[in-house]
Amino acid sequence: MSPSPAWGMFHLFSNVRRRYGGRVDDSELLTRLIDGDERAFAEIVTRYQSLLVRVARLYVKSDASAEDVAQDTWIAVLKGVERFEGRSSFKTWLLHILVNRARTTGSKESRVLPIDLTWSEGSALSKRFDEGGFWREAPVPFTEAIENGIVNAPLVALVHEQIEKLPEVQRAVVTLRDVEGLSTTEVASLLDITEVNVRVILHRGRSLVRSAIETTLQGGVS
Amino acid sequence: MRILPHALVCQEAVDLVSDYLDGALSRRDRRRLEKHLANCDACTAYVEQIRVTIAASGMVGPNDLSPEALETLADLFRRFNDEK
Repeated sequence: MSPSPAWGMFHLFSNVRRRYGGRVDDSELLTRLIDGDERAFAEIVTRYQSLLVRVARLYVKSDASAEDVAQDTWIAVLKGVERFEGRSSFKTWLLHILVNRARTTGSKESRVLPIDLTWSEGSALSKRFDEGGFWREAPVPFTEAIENGIVNAPLVALVHEQIEKLPEVQRAVVTLRDVEGLSTTEVASLLDITEVNVRVILHRGRSLVRSAIETTLQGGVS
Repeated sequence: MRILPHALVCQEAVDLVSDYLDGALSRRDRRRLEKHLANCDACTAYVEQIRVTIAASGMVGPNDLSPEALETLADLFRRFNDEK
C-alpha cells in the first residue's frame, strides 16, 4: 500500500514542528509507529523508558527485573497499539500495562511498598519553630532562581536531582504527580494506594525537595 | 455549642500547604490556612517555595536513556515488525 498524499503532508508537518523545537504529540507518534516507523518508536521509548523502569522498580527487587518488565510492556504496546482507542492518555494506558505486569512479577517476588503515614513537616522542621509554633527565622522565597517569572534551568536540574534522591515511594509519587502531571486519582490507581495516602506521601516528598533546595541555595550564597 | 477551630500556628500551617496547592483541602481548612497566610509573611514565603518546587518538577529534566538501552528496544521493534 502506497502512502496517501495526506501522509506526505503529515510527515512534512511533523518535521517542521520538530525543527522549531516543538514536542510532537504522542498520538502523532503512535500513528507513525503503527505504520512501522522506527524513529517514532525510538522517540516514544526515549520519552517513557526511564519512567517505566522507575515505576516498575517499586514492585520488583532489582533494576534488571524492572528493565525486563519495561521491555515486556513495550512488546505489549507493539501488539496492542492498534487497539488503543485514546480514551485515556497514552501515558496512562502505558503505565497501566506496566503496573499490571510489574504487579504480577512483584507478587512472585513478594515485595511490599513501605508507606509511613505518621510523618509531619511541622515535626520534621520542629527546630525552625519556637515554643508557640511560630517560625524563628522566616523562609526566604527562591526568588534568585526565578527569571522573568520562570524557574531557571539550574533550579530545575537541582529539583530533579533531589527527586532522584527521595526514598522510593516518595520518588514514585512525586514523579508521577509533579513530574509527569498525572492526577492524584490516577497515581492512587496505578500504585494501588488510597488518594489520602498519595497526598500524604506527596506532601512529604515535596517538603523534602523544598528543604534540600533551601539548604543548597542558602549554602550557595557567597 | 459550636466549637470553633483554634487559629493555626505556623508549625501546623506547613502541613496543609501541599493539599492547599492541589485544591485538596476541606473548605474549613482552606479558610483557616488563608486566614493564617493573610497575616504571616513567613508562611506565605513557605507556600511560594513549595509552589516553585512543584513548578520546577514539572519542567523537563535531563533524559538519561543510554544509547545501548535505546538500541536494545529498537532491536525489539525490528524483530516485532519482521515477525508481523
